Amino acid sequence: MRMREKVLLRVASKAFIPLILLFALYVQFHGDFGPGGGFQAGVIFAAGFVLFGLIFGLEALQQVVPWSVVERAVALGLLVYGGVGVSCILRGGRFLDYGALDHHSPMHGQHLGILIIELGVGLTVAATLLAIFYAMAGRGRA
Amino acid sequence: MWIEILLFGLLLITAVTIVSLNDLFAAAMLSGIFSLLCASLFTLMDAVDVAFTEAAVGAGISTVLMIGALALTGSRECQQPTRLGPFVVVLLTGAMLIYGTLDMPAYGDPAAPIHHHVAPEYIAGTSAEFGIPNIVTAVLASYRGFDTLGETAVIFTAGVGVMALLLGRRKRQDEVQVEPSEGDHKGENP
Amino acid sequence: MEALGIWNYWGVVLLMMVGLYTVIARDHLVKKLIGLGIFQVAVILFYVSMGKVTGGTPPIIPEGADGSEVYSNPLPHVLMLTAIVVGVATLAVGLALVVRIREAYGTVEEDELQRMNRSGS
Repeated sequence: MRMREKVLLRVASKAFIPLILLFALYVQFHGDFGPGGGFQAGVIFAAGFVLFGLIFGLEALQQVVPWSVVERAVALGLLVYGGVGVSCILRGGRFLDYGALDHHSPMHGQHLGILIIELGVGLTVAATLLAIFYAMAGRGRA
Repeated sequence: MWIEILLFGLLLITAVTIVSLNDLFAAAMLSGIFSLLCASLFTLMDAVDVAFTEAAVGAGISTVLMIGALALTGSRECQQPTRLGPFVVVLLTGAMLIYGTLDMPAYGDPAAPIHHHVAPEYIAGTSAEFGIPNIVTAVLASYRGFDTLGETAVIFTAGVGVMALLLGRRKRQDEVQVEPSEGDHKGENP
Repeated sequence: MEALGIWNYWGVVLLMMVGLYTVIARDHLVKKLIGLGIFQVAVILFYVSMGKVTGGTPPIIPEGADGSEVYSNPLPHVLMLTAIVVGVATLAVGLALVVRIREAYGTVEEDELQRMNRSGS
C-alpha cells in the first residue's frame, strides 16, 4: 500500500530498470573483451527484476515474468550447457571440446562454444535468483 | 600498498561492528557495505572479474535476500552475556593459522610457486588458441569448463532446494502437511 | 621487515577469526549466517591476494600486446568466481531453512531451540 504513494521511487525506477537490463545484456556479451560474463550478467539481470518486484509488487512482477517461465529457465540454462558438451561429442570431439564445433577453424569453434555456455550460465543464474526471490517474497503473505 | 592496508583496516572495523550489533537490519546493510569494500580491495589486487561479481552478488542480491528473510523471522537479536569459551577457541585457531602463514611467499612476489605451473600456459594459450582478450573468461569457459558445469549444477540445486523448502503449502494447526508440489500450481496464485 | 611482506595473510586471518567468532558465539541463526559470509569473503581474499604480482596488470590482454606484459595470475580469480556464486547459493538455502525453522518453532535463537528440543517438543 505505502509503495504506491512513493512517486519518486516509482518514476525513478521506471527510468532505471530498462538501463539495468540493458547493462546486463552488455555484460553478458562483452565477457570476452572485458570483465564480465555469464555470472555477473545473470545477477544484474535478476537484480533489475527484483527492483521491479520490490517497487510495483509481486503480482505485477508475476504478470511480467510468470512463475512457469522462471521454472523452465532454471533448467534450460543447465540443459544448454550440457547440450553444447554433447553436441561436441556428436561432431566427433570430446565432451566440452569446442574445437569440434567448427571443423574449418577451431578458434571459431572455441568462440562459439564460449558464447553459448556463457548464455546458459547467465540464464540459470538469473532464473535461480529470481525464483529464490519469488519463494521468499511469496512466503510472507501465504 | 598503504591504500590496501587502509581498506583492510576499514574491513576489519566493519566486520567487528557487524558482530556486535543487535539490530539485524543494520547488520544486513553493513554487510552490503562490507561487500563493496571488498570489491574495492579486489580491484586494487588486479582481480577485476572477482570485484565485479562480489559487488553485484554481495551488495545486490545478498542484502535483498537477508532483509527478506529478516522480515519473515524477526530482526532483533537478544543481548547475550559474553562467554570465555569462544574467545579462547578463536585465539587458539588464529594463533595456529598465523604460525602456518609464516613461511608463505611475500605479497606480490613474482617468483612465488603459484605463478610457475599452469598459469603461464593459460596466459600464453589464450591469445594463441582463442584470440579473446579476457583470460579469466577463457580459463573459466574452456580450460576449466568442467568446473563451471559443476558450479552451474550447484546453483540449479540450490534453486531447487529453496523451491522445495519455501513453495510447499504452509502447515496449519488443523491440517496435515501437504507434500511440496514442485511449484507448478502453488506459485501461480497471487 | 618480513612482517610487512606477509601482512595480507595476517589481515585475512584476523577477518576469518571475526567470522568464526560470530558463527560460534552468537545465537541468532541469521547472525550466524552473516558471520559465515564474512568467513567466506576472508577465504576469497586469501586466494586473490596470493595471485597478485607486483607491477602486474589485470589479466586482460590489451590491443596490440606483444607478449611482454606481466599479468596477475588468472587462476585464483577463476576459482574464486565460482566460490562467490556458490556462497550466495548456500546463503539462500540457509535463509530458507531459517524461515522454516521460525515457522515450526516460533523462534530463531539457538539456545531456545536447544531447550525446546531437549524438553521433547
